[in-house]
Amino acid sequence: MIKKIFFQLIFFNLFFLKEVFAAESGGMPQLNPEFWISQIFWLTLTFGILYILLSKIILPKISTNLELRKSQIQENIEAAEKQRENAEAKLKEYDDIISKSKLKANNIFKEARENVLKEINAKKETLDKQIDEEIKKVEQEINLLRKGASEKINKIAIETTSELLVKLIGTEVNNSSISAIVDDLSKRNGDKYYGN
Amino acid sequence: MAANPMTQFEVYRIGPEIKVGAFDISFTNASLFMVISSLAILVIFNLGSKKNSLLPNKIQLLAELSYTFVSKMISDTAGSKAKPYFSFIFSLFMFVLFCNMFGMIPYTFTVTSHIIVTFILAAFIFIGVTIIGFIKHGVGYLKLFVPSGVPIVLLPLIVVIEIISYLSRPISLSVRLFANMMAGHTMMKVFGGFVISLGVVGGWLPLSFSVALTGLEILVAFLQAYVFAILTCIYLNDALNLHH
Repeated sequence: MIKKIFFQLIFFNLFFLKEVFAAESGGMPQLNPEFWISQIFWLTLTFGILYILLSKIILPKISTNLELRKSQIQENIEAAEKQRENAEAKLKEYDDIISKSKLKANNIFKEARENVLKEINAKKETLDKQIDEEIKKVEQEINLLRKGASEKINKIAIETTSELLVKLIGTEVNNSSISAIVDDLSKRNGDKYYGN
Repeated sequence: MAANPMTQFEVYRIGPEIKVGAFDISFTNASLFMVISSLAILVIFNLGSKKNSLLPNKIQLLAELSYTFVSKMISDTAGSKAKPYFSFIFSLFMFVLFCNMFGMIPYTFTVTSHIIVTFILAAFIFIGVTIIGFIKHGVGYLKLFVPSGVPIVLLPLIVVIEIISYLSRPISLSVRLFANMMAGHTMMKVFGGFVISLGVVGGWLPLSFSVALTGLEILVAFLQAYVFAILTCIYLNDALNLHH
């Protein structure tokens, strides 16, 4: 009984489906098998030709193009790397040269300064010696002059006193006695006059 | 009055009727768009591979980017063993993509909105993948239906489920593409019909919907081509690297 109803339901469903399709003037055109064979044929043909042309001619070309570009870029990168290394080496050399020449310049400067200092010192010493000698000479002269001066003064004193005595008294006094008195005076007051 | 939204999928003969035996292989609008899509692919990629300059021009860049895109997709999903099948998957992806995209131009015919086309592609992939699996692994390919680490009690059930899911692959693959394309185009046609019937006063809302749907459909057109290709890669991966 139940089975019978079930089959009847299925049958009616199919019937109604048919009705529905008929009402929609064919329903989905996709389910109309009229051009299926044609579509299969043309799909196989076009897709087959497309596949053959792509796989045999075009895709290998693209692949080689890509690989060529990759290798070329790689080569360029390597060349650039090499040049960079070269440039770095050159820079190092340059730096070395600069630091060496700086050292040299420093050395030369030091030597020159030392030489100049030595010369200056030597000249200074000789000058100092000359100056000292001259000072000594002058001092000796001064000393001589000083000694001579007191004697001369004594002489002048004796002469003037003798002349004064002649004029005052009118007679000549013995020079030796005057000189004894002058000497005595000059010895007593010498310090006062000469500052020694 | 708005036309029936399904009329855009109707196939009609262009030119004379060609018959080979009992079979009608006349040139139709579907054939025309298959030819146009294939020609477009060939022209673009031929131009893109013609000369190799270190700094690629636009069309060369397009060809090379598509090449690397598909090759990356294959190597990501199916590994290095899938390299011999690169040209096939590339052609498949480009063919489906171009058919979908040409369908987006008004008054054109969408080849992939026909179940017979997508089913033939999917059946070819299914049969090919099965043959590759049996060639690579012999009878051991049947281990695909016996997942490891399943309790013996459940095994008969699991094996039946696995076999059914394996056999339904061509159907799911073809129906996914066909249904997406058909639904999208039907919806656009319906909204377009609303624009006409509602006129200047009320037609702006369905028009804006139609514009938004066009964007969405272009996305779907790309996405479905991608999904079709990537599922092919996944099936190929099952056949090449038996993991179960």
